[in-house]
Amino acid sequence: MDDVFRAVKVTDRVYWVGAVDWRLRHFHGYLTARGTTYNAYLVLADKMTLIDTVKAPFKKEMLDRIASIVDPKEIKYIVSNHSEMDHSGCLPDLMASLKPEKVFASMMGVKALKEHFHLDGVTRVKDGETLSLGNASLVFAETKMIHWPDSMFAYLPEDQLLFSQDGFGMHLASSERFDDEIDSSLLEYEGAKYFANIILPYAPLVTKLLERVAGLKWNMKFIAPDHGPVWRKDVDKILGLYAKWAAQKPAKKAVVAYDTMWQSTAMMARAISEGLEAGGLAVKVMPLDVCHRSDVMTELLCAGAFVVGSPTMNNQVYPTVADLLTYVRGLKPKNLVGAAFGSYGWSGEAIPQIIDVLKAMKVDVVADGLRVLYVPDEAVLVQCRALGADVAEKVRSNVG
Amino acid sequence: MQKWICDVCGYVYEPGAGDPDNGVSPGTAWEDIPADWVCPVCGAPKSDFSLIG
Repeated sequence: MDDVFRAVKVTDRVYWVGAVDWRLRHFHGYLTARGTTYNAYLVLADKMTLIDTVKAPFKKEMLDRIASIVDPKEIKYIVSNHSEMDHSGCLPDLMASLKPEKVFASMMGVKALKEHFHLDGVTRVKDGETLSLGNASLVFAETKMIHWPDSMFAYLPEDQLLFSQDGFGMHLASSERFDDEIDSSLLEYEGAKYFANIILPYAPLVTKLLERVAGLKWNMKFIAPDHGPVWRKDVDKILGLYAKWAAQKPAKKAVVAYDTMWQSTAMMARAISEGLEAGGLAVKVMPLDVCHRSDVMTELLCAGAFVVGSPTMNNQVYPTVADLLTYVRGLKPKNLVGAAFGSYGWSGEAIPQIIDVLKAMKVDVVADGLRVLYVPDEAVLVQCRALGADVAEKVRSNVG
Repeated sequence: MQKWICDVCGYVYEPGAGDPDNGVSPGTAWEDIPADWVCPVCGAPKSDFSLIG
């Protein structure tokens, strides 16, 4: 057997047997600047159980890690907590080669696995059902739409350990496997980025889920997600952060995202940001030729204002700005004040188009948008600064 | 006839369209959909739907 990749002990009965992806930089629209991990876990019980698998190209790494402690053919059960292919990627192959006794998923998971891989033979588990592994057990809790219909948690009461698939996870490749081994501000940043870009549209469901879990009185000594480190020291911290992020209370911060053709819209962005700053807000100016949409979204998570600037090109919103708006509106951030601005040459449709999107997002839009023909002079820039100050005043009154 | 929205995932049941893939023909009113029908997107039960008119 290969000795290169080894399993990592989480508890006496739970081992991490996943894969580290140091190269990954793009994950369906999300810039994963620090790579990621695909976490799978082995539960050493009378019925040896594998919790989730890894993305298909990493199959050998996972199997080698499993083989470092047991013969993979001894796996009796596989649990699929989430059907997305970074976790289910090896499932068809493992079902064929290891021939487990049973493979479990939620009702929507059974359906999703069939629709992904055209396979049968997955057994449905119900919300609240307990599965006996002999000398251990798993209790399932459906977490529909956090973040897919098939998503569910599995709780191992004997170790007070929650397998949370994408929940409480983050894209972070590391040699360390546990939260106490990694800088806490890095965990908070990448955890926030993950929440903002993946979980945010389902924030109201997260709030309900946290209440439900509190009601179940599951003691959680460990939270083992499918990406990033296992939480064992600061479980309460990540739970508290999720409650805070899900509540979406506005903060005294503005994000100014824009692109520019000849620097005119850029000059307006700077003037607006000066007004926001003078109005008491922290400001992040994010030029879209160098800032990634997923990083803009991270900054919006705990913000109070979203100010969008665009030139008009061929009667349309500038493409990078249109990209950002499509991405952000899908993530449904709430409780934001907003405004639109930009330079134009002849028709200037971008501004009303942006305002339409902001209004559809239920952003509280200040003013009708600030447009200037070609290059702004000092008078226009002073108006820009005033717009920033107006936005700041609204945010301050929202924050209270 | 009235439309209903799934509180879990946002899917809207439109009586005119029905949900034929799951045995609910177009033109079926909400009240006439069987009790064991679930949201075709996320699987939530009828009790998780709200009237939108």
